[in-house]
Amino acid sequence: MNSLSSLASNVIRLSAGNCMQYSITYQDKTVETDKLGYLLNVKDWQSELAPILAEQENIKLTENHWEVVNFVRNFYLTFNTSPAMRALVKAMAKEFGPVKGNSRYLFKLFPKGPAKQATKIAGLPKPAKCL
Amino acid sequence: MTDHTLIDFAIVNQSGPLGTANAQESLDMAVAMSNFGKQVSLFFIDDGVYQLVDSIVPDKIGRKAFNKLFAALEFYDIEQLYVCRDSLFQRHLSASQLSVDVKLLPHDQFASTLAKHKSVLVF
Repeated sequence: MNSLSSLASNVIRLSAGNCMQYSITYQDKTVETDKLGYLLNVKDWQSELAPILAEQENIKLTENHWEVVNFVRNFYLTFNTSPAMRALVKAMAKEFGPVKGNSRYLFKLFPKGPAKQATKIAGLPKPAKCL
Repeated sequence: MTDHTLIDFAIVNQSGPLGTANAQESLDMAVAMSNFGKQVSLFFIDDGVYQLVDSIVPDKIGRKAFNKLFAALEFYDIEQLYVCRDSLFQRHLSASQLSVDVKLLPHDQFASTLAKHKSVLVF
C-alpha cells in the first residue's frame, strides 16, 4: 500500500484552467476529466489511476473494491453503457451471487453511491439517472 | 400476470437502426422507464427488426454502438422482446441472425400482444 500512497501524493488536484478544462496529473501524464472528476476518455484509464480516483472519493481500494471496479469496467466494455444502480445489483448478483449482488454490500464499499463511485474509479462516464 | 392486467408500456420500433436516432432514443427511454419502476415490453416491426441484427456495427460509421445494450436488458428488467415474424421473413432474415433471444410472433398475435399494454409508444 506504500507505493499507492506515494502515487497518490503525485496528484495535482482537479485544476480548473481559464477555459474550464479539468484534468488529473499523475506520474508524467495528464488526463482530462469532466468537472466532477470523471475521465473524459475511457481509454485514458489504467489500473494505476484507480487508487488516485478512489482517493478523491475517500476510498481506499481493497480486493472487494477492485472486484466491483473491474466488473463495471467490463460491463461498460461489453454493453457500451455504465450500469446504474439497479442494473449493477442485478448484474453483480448474476456474476457473484446474492451475497455480493445486493445494494447493502455495495453501499458498504461505496458509501456515496456504488454506481456513481465505482464507475468513476473505473474511468467510465457517469451513469445516466443514477443514485 | 393474468389476462385482465395490462402491462404499463409497449415501445414499438419500426425504424431501421442507423438512418435516424429513433432506435437509440427508444432504447434510452425503455431503460429510463424501467429505472422508474415501469414495466416495459419492446416490439420490433417493419424495418425495426434490423435493429436486432447482430452484424450491424453502428460504431463503424461513427455512431454509438447502442445496440450492445440489447444484451444487457435483462439487468434492467426488460425481458419481453417481440418481433413480427412476417417483417423478419419479408427481409429474408431469421431469428438466428438476431443478437438476442426474442419471441417471434405472426402478425395477428403481434397485434393482440400489443393490445395487452396500457400505453404504446412508437419510434
